[in-house]
Amino acid sequence: MSGARIVAGYAVRECVRRRVFVVVLILTVAFLALYAWGAWAVFRSVTDFAGESNPVEAEVVTGSTIFGLAMFSILFLGAVLAVFLTLGAVRGDAERGLLQPLVVRPLGRTQMLAGRFMAAAGVCAAYVLVVYALAMVITGAAGGWWPDRVLAPGVGLAAGVVVIAGLALLGSVYLSATANGIAVFMLFGAGLVAGLLGEIGEALSSEGLENVSSVAAWLLPFEALYQSGLAGLTADASGFTDVAVQLGPFGGAQDSSPLLWPWAAAYVLLLGVAARAGFARRDL
Amino acid sequence: MSAVLSATGLHKAYGKATALAGADLRVEEGELVGLLGPNGAGKSTLVKIACGLVRPTGGHLEVLGVPAGSLQARSGIGYLAELFRFPDWLSANELLELHQRLAESDGGPGERAELLAMVGLGDAGAKKVGAMSKGMQQRLGIAQALIGSPRLLMLDEPTSALDPVGRRTVRDLLAQLRERGVAVLLNSHLLSEVELVCDRVAIMLGGRIVQEGAPSALARARGVEVQTASGTKVFGEAGREDAPRIVADLVAAGELVYSVRVLSSTLEDAYLEAVAEA
Repeated sequence: MSGARIVAGYAVRECVRRRVFVVVLILTVAFLALYAWGAWAVFRSVTDFAGESNPVEAEVVTGSTIFGLAMFSILFLGAVLAVFLTLGAVRGDAERGLLQPLVVRPLGRTQMLAGRFMAAAGVCAAYVLVVYALAMVITGAAGGWWPDRVLAPGVGLAAGVVVIAGLALLGSVYLSATANGIAVFMLFGAGLVAGLLGEIGEALSSEGLENVSSVAAWLLPFEALYQSGLAGLTADASGFTDVAVQLGPFGGAQDSSPLLWPWAAAYVLLLGVAARAGFARRDL
Repeated sequence: MSAVLSATGLHKAYGKATALAGADLRVEEGELVGLLGPNGAGKSTLVKIACGLVRPTGGHLEVLGVPAGSLQARSGIGYLAELFRFPDWLSANELLELHQRLAESDGGPGERAELLAMVGLGDAGAKKVGAMSKGMQQRLGIAQALIGSPRLLMLDEPTSALDPVGRRTVRDLLAQLRERGVAVLLNSHLLSEVELVCDRVAIMLGGRIVQEGAPSALARARGVEVQTASGTKVFGEAGREDAPRIVADLVAAGELVYSVRVLSSTLEDAYLEAVAEA
């Protein structure tokens, strides 16, 4: 796998030098600044209403809600990064003449793909974990609230973005860069909509909606990984606080099936196998 | 001599379009072979199959004695595509270093400096690809193709963006490589250059090799031109070996002979004839 490591090193350098990376960094700084301001204001206004007789822990409801919102934003920014770093990795680069000089070298096409995936997944996962940690610290500093599970939600979020990077890399074997970008963002949107339908289905006790959401979660596991992360934020909440959290915009998140993580790993592997098969047959 | 490239009955179809229709070609060790043909003749496809970029739909192609596209084959070749691009953000040195690592070359900075000097970019090692002219990038591409001392170098239109000085540099480089025993397969539309540097020329048409041989062999005799006191006479069917007899006959007939010139066609004439015949 030394060829894959060389390609990964090259791809990481390419990632951080691309304009999209700078754009995402600027957006991230803007997001974190606005989030800090918003979190501080929200916690202040909630404190005004909180009283000793209130059975709901206001800072838990507030903290988990705004931090859930932050996680959604981080997932979106991570997805943008993942898609733009991989959307032209094979067909796009081949059409521009960038790929051929590398593929002619004595390394397998599998190693080439593995290197590209390792780079994109590594950069995106690191990005998501850093922004997640910063948003968590901001939330804690602004309102004194910390998630019940500190690490697991961030890892779930990072894994979700890794799945998106895998999807975009697979798409890059078959589609032109523009078509691939559109296709992956449509899948991303479909996954989020399916998650929303699941929450609505749960609130309305609609078995049909819940089934649709469940099938979509298995087909597009990044959404399930995100939902699993959300559930970890208030895993220890109970009583009226738990009820209030469940009623909130991010309250419908359910803890995942024990099969989610093995399935997500197998899913990424399947994406790799499909990408390898397509790339092996592709004339450059 | 052993063949570094051997294609037998090579076929390639892209859907209903046929790019190669049974091409046969051999390139011997240390030989410089020019591949000529109009656009769409199948030259680039043949080279891409040899590099493992394109899969043939029929026939057989061996490079360095092993199937084309295999890791062993790719470890012994150098390739410069007609339409290539290098990352703008890499410097010439960084690009060559990346290819040294991919080619598992242990040449280090010495190899990079030598190759850059060979292509006339000795002082451009720190220059970013994005800041280079197309001609400089093409020369850098040739240096990149030479990383790891390949036994077979395949160049697809390597001088298309070069000025006359750059072309001369590449011609000298090719001659130097031949002295080192490197075989070169050169795709080019610049017939005069091919004629100048190649040991052998293969003309491709419709996915097949229709003519091959040394440039001098392909350039046929076109007669003998004699200037006499009564004017210029052209003996169209005659060759170089006929010139003394023609002069003797004219002198015997009382003509005054001032000059004799053996006419021969250029490679360009031979190429155009081959294309017209097809």
